[in-house]
Amino acid sequence: MIVAVRVFASYADAIGSDRATVSVPDPATVGAVRAAVTTLSPSMPPRPIIAVNEEYATDDVIIAPGDEVAVIPPVAGG
Amino acid sequence: MSRSAIVTAPIDVSAIAEEVQAATSGAVATFLGTVRNTSGGRAVTGLEYSAYTEMATREMDAIVREAIAIATGVELVAVHRVGDLMVGDVCVMIAAAHAHRSPAFDACRYAIEEIKKRVPIWKRERYADGSSEWVNACTQHATSAST
Repeated sequence: MIVAVRVFASYADAIGSDRATVSVPDPATVGAVRAAVTTLSPSMPPRPIIAVNEEYATDDVIIAPGDEVAVIPPVAGG
Repeated sequence: MSRSAIVTAPIDVSAIAEEVQAATSGAVATFLGTVRNTSGGRAVTGLEYSAYTEMATREMDAIVREAIAIATGVELVAVHRVGDLMVGDVCVMIAAAHAHRSPAFDACRYAIEEIKKRVPIWKRERYADGSSEWVNACTQHATSAST
């Protein structure tokens, strides 16, 4: 499955875009997407945080077509 | 009415403090996060905050619900500003009201600590030498903030 991901802040700078796509085996899991996004840039960390439909997601979550997937850099609000 | 917001305009501190206060309030605890002029020994001229706005709003709302559950009767407003901020600007404000000070302090403290841990907001510091860096970014393209 081709999964579109939103990318933010330092990670968007690293890959040069705020959107990307990765190809993962079906069923598409968060764990597979987490591994795949590390190949988008040599600057990506080994285990970036992933959110699905605006919630932090663990590796076992299955991604369905239409889900919003995001790669979340370390937060720095406040 | 307790609420959260992500805003681009300057935060009106007195308006938010007044918003949470009611006739039943004996205490209003407020926290202001402000932009300081140094970071890791470097002179900072300003910050750029960016957010995954939809998720940040959702997390802020969840944090408000958790904070007001600390004690019956807590009213709390949490506001985070995004965009370009200058030294001295208020970037985040929490106001918590209760009949008594202890629950107001506790809810206020809880909200700011959770916002810092969970809400997908990022900041890029701009330095006096013209360079800028994302704070907390541990990717290789970011040079170390410590010198």
